[in-house]
Amino acid sequence: MDYFDTLIVILQSTIRVSVPLILAALAGLYSERSGIFDIGLEGKMLAAAFAGGAAASVTASALIGLAAAIFVSVCLALIHAFASITQRGNQIVSGVAINFIALGATVILGQAWFRQGGRTPQLGEGERFTTVELPFAAQLADVPVLGSIYANLLSGHFLLTYFAFAMVPLTWWVLYRTRFGLRLRAVGENPGAVDTAGISVTWMRYRAVICCGILCGIAGAYLSMAMTAGFVKGMTAGKGFIALAALIFAKWKPVNVMFACLLFGFLDAMSIRMQGNALPVIGEVPVQLMQALPYILTVILLAGFIGKAIPPKAGGTPYVKER
Amino acid sequence: MSAPYAKLPAWVDYGLIPLINLVVAFAVAGLVVLAVGESPVRAASLLIQGAFGYGEGIGFTLYYATNFIFTGLAVAVAFHCGLFNIGGEGQAYVAGLGVALPVLWLDQIMPWYVVFPVAIAGSAIAGAAWAFIPGWLQAKRGSHVVITTIMFNFIASSLMVYVLVDVLKPAGSMAPQTRPFADGGQLPRLDWLLSSFGLDIGNAPFNLSFLLALLAAFVVWVVIWRTKLGYEIRTMGHSPRAARYAGIREDRIIIITMLMSGGLAGMMALNPIMGDQHQMQLDFVTGAGFVGIAVALMGRSHPVGIIPAAILFGMLYQGGAEISFEMPQISRDMITIIQGLVILFAGALENMFRPAITTFFATLGTARSADSAPAAE
Amino acid sequence: MNDIAIELKGINKSFGLVQANKNINLTVRKGTIHGIIGENGAGKSTLMSILYGFYQADRGDIFIDGRKTVIKDPNAAIASGIGMVHQHFMLVENFTVLENVMLGAEESQILTAGISKARNELRRLEEEYELEVNPDAIIEELPVGLQQRVEILKALYRGAEILILDEPTGVLTPAEADHLFRILEQLKAEGKTILLITHKLREIMAVTDEVSVMRRGEMVATRPTAETSVEELAELMVGRRVLLRVDKGPASPGEVALSVEGLTVRDSRGVDMVKDVSFDVRAGEIVGIAGVAGNGQSELLQAITGIRRGVKGRVLLQGEPIQVTGEADPAELRRRGMAHVPEDRQHMGLVLKFDESENSILGYHGDPKYLNGVLLNTDAIRNDAIEKIEKYDIRPPNPRLKTANFSGGNQQKIVLAREIERDPAVLVIGQPTRGVDVGAIEFIHKRIIEMRDAGKAVLLVSVELDEIRSLADRVLVMFDGRIVGERSADATEGELGLLMAGVEDDREAAE
Repeated sequence: MDYFDTLIVILQSTIRVSVPLILAALAGLYSERSGIFDIGLEGKMLAAAFAGGAAASVTASALIGLAAAIFVSVCLALIHAFASITQRGNQIVSGVAINFIALGATVILGQAWFRQGGRTPQLGEGERFTTVELPFAAQLADVPVLGSIYANLLSGHFLLTYFAFAMVPLTWWVLYRTRFGLRLRAVGENPGAVDTAGISVTWMRYRAVICCGILCGIAGAYLSMAMTAGFVKGMTAGKGFIALAALIFAKWKPVNVMFACLLFGFLDAMSIRMQGNALPVIGEVPVQLMQALPYILTVILLAGFIGKAIPPKAGGTPYVKER
Repeated sequence: MSAPYAKLPAWVDYGLIPLINLVVAFAVAGLVVLAVGESPVRAASLLIQGAFGYGEGIGFTLYYATNFIFTGLAVAVAFHCGLFNIGGEGQAYVAGLGVALPVLWLDQIMPWYVVFPVAIAGSAIAGAAWAFIPGWLQAKRGSHVVITTIMFNFIASSLMVYVLVDVLKPAGSMAPQTRPFADGGQLPRLDWLLSSFGLDIGNAPFNLSFLLALLAAFVVWVVIWRTKLGYEIRTMGHSPRAARYAGIREDRIIIITMLMSGGLAGMMALNPIMGDQHQMQLDFVTGAGFVGIAVALMGRSHPVGIIPAAILFGMLYQGGAEISFEMPQISRDMITIIQGLVILFAGALENMFRPAITTFFATLGTARSADSAPAAE
Repeated sequence: MNDIAIELKGINKSFGLVQANKNINLTVRKGTIHGIIGENGAGKSTLMSILYGFYQADRGDIFIDGRKTVIKDPNAAIASGIGMVHQHFMLVENFTVLENVMLGAEESQILTAGISKARNELRRLEEEYELEVNPDAIIEELPVGLQQRVEILKALYRGAEILILDEPTGVLTPAEADHLFRILEQLKAEGKTILLITHKLREIMAVTDEVSVMRRGEMVATRPTAETSVEELAELMVGRRVLLRVDKGPASPGEVALSVEGLTVRDSRGVDMVKDVSFDVRAGEIVGIAGVAGNGQSELLQAITGIRRGVKGRVLLQGEPIQVTGEADPAELRRRGMAHVPEDRQHMGLVLKFDESENSILGYHGDPKYLNGVLLNTDAIRNDAIEKIEKYDIRPPNPRLKTANFSGGNQQKIVLAREIERDPAVLVIGQPTRGVDVGAIEFIHKRIIEMRDAGKAVLLVSVELDEIRSLADRVLVMFDGRIVGERSADATEGELGLLMAGVEDDREAAE
């Protein structure tokens, strides 16, 4: 069953790669559904990855690293919130600014504090996250098909991975079954309706952006403390933008977001897999094409299927009381 | 009607407030310098000394500024149409092909003044071509140009690596770059310009493309504010509905604007390729496309603001090189931070200091009141 | 013990240099319907916003039921029993009725508990006040009249004892407006207090017990409705005797200049907003299209002027067809002699950030007389603008001033001057005097009559029935996308009202 094993390996890789995408895309969902566009997912993730790698290395504690990652991401999110909500500035410009600030600061501070060319020290045991084996995984591994799926696909992931997937139904429930979610969706569609109902538009949006910051922080921590053992310069490599594309592709709905991110993760996993291997008929594909493939596909998706996907109606527009 | 801000004199609007935004951005950057254990004051003085203290420094400053004038104009032109072209980096990168290919073809048989115009056309066309698809997608499919241009930056990166490594690299060479250009592919330096001020250009690659950049700035001004096309672009940028009403074809204007924007970004490639390195190397753009965003915001999308803003960033690049000799902690990435801060304060937070300034001027009594009450619906 | 529901004492509010409310005193008795009337910009909306907690007054006190109350935000207003039905509905369009009513009063973090309570309460309110609406309907699928009911239900659900209605009948047919007034009477009978903000004199006379008049930020008078008249109120509103009707001679219509045949226009949701409409406009006449806003007039105008595509039908401009179902080109229509004063002055007819001279060529900016080769001829443009400023008395007379700084009436004059001075054969106008002060209204009406007397064909669309009856030679009524009737200018308001409500003519049934 060579193909099956290959499939399992690819799917494992898919899950691994999709986790930061799912977290970042859900982060973007909270923010954008409340009417605040967020191009800065990339910057927050990067800064969080750095903070996590740095803090974990210095304190030798993975949990503190995670906390640091979340903290830094939330700080950047608050800057974005301040610019977009309180100052009513251009939200896209603010996101772009945060990306640059994070990009530069992570390198400068990394070099200044650790002097390893912009990376943080390799994280050892206890300083990073480790994978978790589900009960009986080893024993069941030999059961045909199902055993392999259980042992290799469902088991053996980081806690953060399970958390990321759990966030999908949780987000759905929050959005559609709680008061917070109702008001969040309302404020992204018609902030006037929320204001006249006696709810603070500003505070609602700030909370949404903070949620975004928290999830981006976890995404960044995953990168530098789970997927790899330490921060490397520029390690987000555009994942924040792919998450954004996934969010748009998913039309801002939680369950769709998960599928979109899995799809992009799958493509990424395939591209790594196919490097150096000849495809039937096409022959060997240049590695650069494989690297560009997620972006090309995103453009195709944006052109074809999305076209005029309807974002939250009040998205991108600062709220000003009508006179 | 909601006008949260009273009218301020024009010089405050276009001079003082941008200046304050800038000062704050630099002040915050100074804090980062402190955080890595260096003195901001010493860094600042090294910066200025390195950028303007001697002829070669000025030459380098203006060389870098050339890049940023082009990319700043590119972003500005798109802004006037209400579009945010973040893709200048990729457009400039791909434009390298539009420079390198004609030059490689002609440099051994033609003098530079014949090759140069061909390369100008090539760079503009290539840059425009790379901006065309995002522009077309926005115009015809409503795909947000911000996302598509970001994607195209990444695609350009992969594409150009492939081209340099697998196509244009001379056989037997390891480095991902073209062969060096012959005389026909080298732009003359502007050493005569500097020596007329008593300055020695030294090794600075300050070259003819700077004058081209100034010319481009002038042409952009004329087009945007003095032509029918520019009128239509500005109408579209202020009010797409008014544009529709006025019979301006939305899709046509968006595509034309993106082509112009891409073309301007593309012309940036002439400076490093023909003016300095005399070959096309990997990543010759070095982030200039993104600096262009900061320059356009700082310069309020007007050539008169963009040129000084570009020179300021040129100063940062050149002075930054100087700093990194003396202060190894502060690498070029510091400029990325400053770039981000400028974009933040000149862009998203541009009105942050306005209320305080308005109150200040109101108490001074120089705030002019509009004598007919603004329209209330 | 107190029979005074609301008392405002010395309310002052300024926005920068504009004083919107000057020393306002107001007393509203409990269990009455109290009207507040005034022109656009008189300060009524600001006053109500203060009452609802949107703004805080700079000075002055508010007393609710005799108790001094500080209303610092809408929550405080709601807690004091004040509910507001806004002019532009504050509803989330893709939520259901239930979700909109619950918003802000959800009972608990988990929604399910609040939902059943909301359902029961809604049912009770609906029965009690004749406010039937399906709680699971999605707002954007409801007709406007029902959407307004949801607004009222929202306020009642939060326990409002004082209900403020801000220009509620702008979107209703006369029949729907009557239904609304019945509901208000019912609420009044239950002891609720109602503040009705409007600029429509007839409504005041029809339904209020007392009326207060605001003018330029001040409260100028309060009268028991039974003791005043439309004329007196109009004079108080404006400060001088008002010509309610414009002088005009009879029309002498000539050739058909604009012909619409079987036009159907569909909106982005796939709904036919204009259904098989046909009519002619002749040179030298004004054809007015009356109807409540939202019955397809906007879409009709946009299709005729090339801004929107139709799906079926033909339009002939001076005998030649124009592209109505394909890519229409407003520039071409202008070349062929059609001018358009759009409904949306600020976002379509003008670019507010441009200066006055740039706006005076909007749409005609390709005309060779404004160009110098490929460049704009700024001198020619400015001189042209100055001529128009003088002829139309546009103030301030500064072509370099940013258009946003002109008042509504002057902005409309800029648009009108631009379109009329092209000497078009056909002039299409939408809502010419919305948000325009009375002095400018007279001026604009006179210019429109002049166009007609000069032999132009004028198509006028307006939601102000008075304006239509004052200007039009023939009146077409639009309802639900169709022309449901045609009358001459001296038709009564009652007749037209019936048509506007959809009561079709027998003799027009064949259309």
